Amino acid sequence: MIYLDHAATSWPKLPEVLQAMTGFLERAGGNPGRSGHRLSIDAGRIVYETRELLAQLLGAPDPLRVVLTPNVTYALNIAMLGLLNPVTDRVVTTGIEHNSVMRPLRALEAQGLELVVVPCGPDGQLDMEAMQEALLPGARLVVASHASNVMGTLLPVGEIAELAHAVGALLLVDAAQTAGVIPIDAPALGIDLLAFTGHKGLLGPPGTGGLIIAPELDPSVIRPILSGGTGSRSEEERQPEMLPDRLEFGTGNGPGVAGLGAGVQHLLDYGVDAVRAHECALTQRMLDGLGKIPSVTMYGPLDVERRTATVSLRIEGHSVSEVGWRLDEDFGVLSRVGLHCAPAAHRTLGTFPEGTVRLAAGLSNTEADIDVAIGAIREIASA
Amino acid sequence: MSDFGVVLLPSTAAALRSEKVLQQANLQIRLIPVPRELSSNCGIAVRFTWVDRDDVEAALARAQVDYEAILPL
Ligand SMILES: Cc1ncc(COP(=O)(O)O)c(C=O)c1O
Repeated sequence: MIYLDHAATSWPKLPEVLQAMTGFLERAGGNPGRSGHRLSIDAGRIVYETRELLAQLLGAPDPLRVVLTPNVTYALNIAMLGLLNPVTDRVVTTGIEHNSVMRPLRALEAQGLELVVVPCGPDGQLDMEAMQEALLPGARLVVASHASNVMGTLLPVGEIAELAHAVGALLLVDAAQTAGVIPIDAPALGIDLLAFTGHKGLLGPPGTGGLIIAPELDPSVIRPILSGGTGSRSEEERQPEMLPDRLEFGTGNGPGVAGLGAGVQHLLDYGVDAVRAHECALTQRMLDGLGKIPSVTMYGPLDVERRTATVSLRIEGHSVSEVGWRLDEDFGVLSRVGLHCAPAAHRTLGTFPEGTVRLAAGLSNTEADIDVAIGAIREIASA
Repeated sequence: MSDFGVVLLPSTAAALRSEKVLQQANLQIRLIPVPRELSSNCGIAVRFTWVDRDDVEAALARAQVDYEAILPL
C-alpha cells in the first residue's frame, strides 16, 4: 500500500509519537495545571515542553504565546471570531482558502462583515496587485493560507504581511499545509497570528493544533469565544487575561499534545530543511512523470520551489471518483478525490464542482512510491 | 526569617516556564502547591532559596516571565 494522502493527515505516525501518547496516559495521567500534586505537574510539564518545541520550530519567541487547540479549525475560529466585529470590520482573504477559513468568514459576512476575496491565478498564485488594491480602503484582518491544500501553491505570506501592515491590518495565516514541511519563522515573516494543525506535517495525532500570537499583539483584543475552567484565577468568574489560558478552554488533549511534542522533536532533530528537500525531490519526480502522460492535466505551479508536495490532477475521459477508486483497488495507491473542503480553490482552478485527484506525498514516502503512483496513473489513463 | 522564598505566577504554563528558566540558571528550585495562606492565580508556585532572590528575579526578567509576586515563605 502506498499512502499519498499526507495533505489530509500524515501516516504512519512515528513510534515515538505513539510512545509519548501511551506514556502520558501511563505515567503522567494527572490533569495538567489543575492540581498541585506530582502527576498533575508532570502532565503540565509535558504540555509545556510541547509549547517550547512548537515555539522553537515556528520561531515564536515566547512559548506562553503558543495556544493549544484541538486543530487548526479551532485556532482559526478563535482568531477570527475573537478578533472581528462584523458590524464595523473589513477582512481581505484569498481565492484558495479552505472552508475552515471561508465558512467562519461567510458566517460573519452574514452578520455584516465586509469581506473581500482576492482572486488567484489559474495555478493558485495570488494576484498581489489585486491584494494591494483590496487593501486600499484599509482592513482589520487579512487571512491567507500559507499553501493550498488542493494543488500545493505557496502564497508569499511575508509580502502579504507587508501589505497588510502598511494599512494597519493584522495577518492571520493558515499554516495547516506547511507547518513542519516548509521552514517557518513567524516573526521574520511578520505573521501576527499563525494557526496550525498537529496531525499533518507536524507528525502528531489528530485532535491537536494551535495558534501562535505575535509578541506585539495585545491578547485582550481577542475575545475568548468560549470560557471555562483553566486552573488559574479560580476566584474570578471571568476568563483570565493572560496567555495561553485566555484562549484555552477546559481540559486539553494531554496525550495528543504529548504525541505532538514527539513529532515536533523529530522535526527539530531531522530538520525541516531536510523534510523540504526530500519533498521537493519527490514532487519534481511526480511532476516529471505525470507531465509525460498526454491525457493528464496537472494543476498548480510546475516550479517545485513555489509549491508543496500536494499535486492535483485530472485524467481526460475519467471521472475523479473512478480514478481514486482504481488507484486504491488496483494499485493500492491511496489518494483523495473531490473538492478537498475547498470549493473556493477549485473555482479558482476551474475544477468545481467535480474536483481533482490529489496525490500528496510526505516524509514517509520514497521515490519508488512516486514511480508506482505515476505508473498507476499512466495505466488508468491508457484504458 | 525562613530560608525559602516563593514566586507566584499567573498560570501553570508560566510556572513551568519559570521552573525551566531558573533551572537553566542553575538555581535550586522546586515546584510546590501554592501555600494556602498566600493567594495566587495558579495552583503551583516556584520555591527557591531566599539568598538567591536577586538571581531569581534577574533570571525571570531576562526570560521576560511575568510573575505576580516574590515573597518569603
Ligand atoms: C489549508 C487547510 N486549512 C484547514 C484545514 C483543517 O484542518 P483541521 O481539520 O485539522 O482543523 C486543512 C486540512 O484539512 C487544510 O488543509
